[in-house]
Amino acid sequence: MKQKFSIIRSTCVPLRVENVDTDQIIPARFLKSTSREGFGENLFRDWRYDSDGNPNPDFVLNNPSYGGSILVAGKNFGCGSSREHAAWAIADYGFRIVISSFFADIHKNNELNNFVLPVTVSEGFLSELFDAIQRNPKTEVTVDLPRQTVRNEATGREETFEINPYKKICLEQGLDDIDYLMTRRADIEAFEKK
Amino acid sequence: MNSALDKKTLFDKIWDAHVVGETGGESSILYIDRHYCHEVTSPQAFDGLRKRGLKVFRKDRTFCSPDHNIPTKHQDRPISDPVSRNQVETLRRNAGEFGLRLFDIQDEHNGIIHVIGPETGLTLPGQTLLCGDSHTSTHGALGCIAFGIGTSEVEMVLATQCLLQSKPKTMRINVEGNLAPGVTAKDVALYIIAHMTTGGATGYFVEYAGEAIRSLSMEGRMTLCNMSIEMGARGGMVAPDDKTFEYVKGREFAPKGEEFENALKYWKTLKSDEGACFDMDVAFQASDIKPRVTFGTNPGMGIAIDEFVPEAPEDKAAASSYVKALDYMGFKPGQKIEGSPVDYVFLGSCTNGRIEDFRAFASIVKGRHKAESVTAWLVPGSQKVLRQIKEEGLDRVLEDAGFELREPGCSACLAMNDDKIPEGKLCVSTSNRNFEGRQGPGARTILASPLVAAATALTGYLTDPRIFLSQD
Repeated sequence: MKQKFSIIRSTCVPLRVENVDTDQIIPARFLKSTSREGFGENLFRDWRYDSDGNPNPDFVLNNPSYGGSILVAGKNFGCGSSREHAAWAIADYGFRIVISSFFADIHKNNELNNFVLPVTVSEGFLSELFDAIQRNPKTEVTVDLPRQTVRNEATGREETFEINPYKKICLEQGLDDIDYLMTRRADIEAFEKK
Repeated sequence: MNSALDKKTLFDKIWDAHVVGETGGESSILYIDRHYCHEVTSPQAFDGLRKRGLKVFRKDRTFCSPDHNIPTKHQDRPISDPVSRNQVETLRRNAGEFGLRLFDIQDEHNGIIHVIGPETGLTLPGQTLLCGDSHTSTHGALGCIAFGIGTSEVEMVLATQCLLQSKPKTMRINVEGNLAPGVTAKDVALYIIAHMTTGGATGYFVEYAGEAIRSLSMEGRMTLCNMSIEMGARGGMVAPDDKTFEYVKGREFAPKGEEFENALKYWKTLKSDEGACFDMDVAFQASDIKPRVTFGTNPGMGIAIDEFVPEAPEDKAAASSYVKALDYMGFKPGQKIEGSPVDYVFLGSCTNGRIEDFRAFASIVKGRHKAESVTAWLVPGSQKVLRQIKEEGLDRVLEDAGFELREPGCSACLAMNDDKIPEGKLCVSTSNRNFEGRQGPGARTILASPLVAAATALTGYLTDPRIFLSQD
């Protein structure tokens, strides 16, 4: 789970749908596991398979033209339920980065806590990227965390993206919040005595 | 210095009182007063503690209740689905191993975590309160900062009683004037969300204010705050007032005697200062709000019950999502959905599973009879709500009208237990989400108030409850 993050260049999987909620990312009936592993096989389950369990050929994850470690999605990605299983499913499937023009709050945190990087880009960048991938599924994107840039290699368009400086350090060094908070135990105990 | 900077919002007052320190980045270390766990989002957090060799840092601040997986019939028997049973047993084991208070199935305190928090007096004004569940926003109705977190964060709270969190922006939503008869807190929530859109409040913490909000009961405020997440808000809150204090007083875990009086002095300071600055201010008129229903696959896709399904938006990306949603629901632009035949009616959930919701439902069906074509599931939010229903004799009213009362749990809100809406069936539901497949694979959901649900259960088609009000 914990892994260091630096620069990733990859092809993309385009999901041109807005308001993708976490019930679509991983339906509730698959939340019954008590471990963090194995959720990838049910990522986007009800879009990916029909009710008999056969792959839906129209869904992008079943299209062999597309692949890579970057998921590109429409705005307001990850809205709804706080289930971290959604982030686990995305990570378990093999995505390291999600690019969208807008992320829902809780899901964004959940991605960061699982070393998946949510990259927020402008509407224009997103739309151009979708078009580029549609024209050529081999279109690559480079995400440079140290420089906080995202680059569409097909068009050369580059944007900077924002990230909480603390979370950036966590991703770069492979640290998580609990590692950090355990170093602040004395402050927490002092606060309780106030 | 701008004097407005000295004025604080309610949110700022509570937040500032809980900041342990800063990280140097945008995140603050926030101390957490109250933490709830249910069986779905906690097992991996307890596992994490075991792997790190950590104990729960402050055992008296976390309370556990299974709710998502539990059956709403025959709770005295073991859960038949082995995977659900394992998840509930895992919570039981974890609570035992880590020394946490558990309100187990059939315990007098058991119920949906967001129903039992307020009713037991564990949720109090001025608190910071978390749970691995997005509807934790419910508790903001008592005037606290309450929001949902992921499982890594659940582990963080268990290990340190703190959360690393960047401070959200603040938004005030004023609803002025009085609500018309037949218009409930649920309609206010659905109205606001439709105007804000499903992601429109992302990044904000909302304070609901204004005459219409003040006049809501505590249960109504819980319904409203519950759905804050459905417009993306981190949470929602209402400043505590006499109604709040009266509600809290005497509840089992609430402070008593002198302790209560001291708490009360502090709670009375918990309101936004006159002239305090919000990052966003929005206002609505209560008189514009009618009974609401949703027609699409997110809670923002809603209309008044007597309106027509809107045309697709012009933006290409938005239009394709819109068409996909209507295809799923089987509705068309320009169509009136009032009068659509309905297969299922669900009364319950952390949104509308409280005593007031059962009173409202009963007030419509009293002396009338359920339509033969409708399957109705009436699920109290907690054991206490169930007891209260019986004490008030509402169970008889419901039974006489052809309805059956089930046992407490999350039930048909999210298809994790036996109560699933079958594929293709249309359900009028008092829950919070109409996402594709939310109530079962292929199930179609219309979100509405308990009054709309009751009227629909009587006729068998989507019905404006006001026709029954005027007959009474």
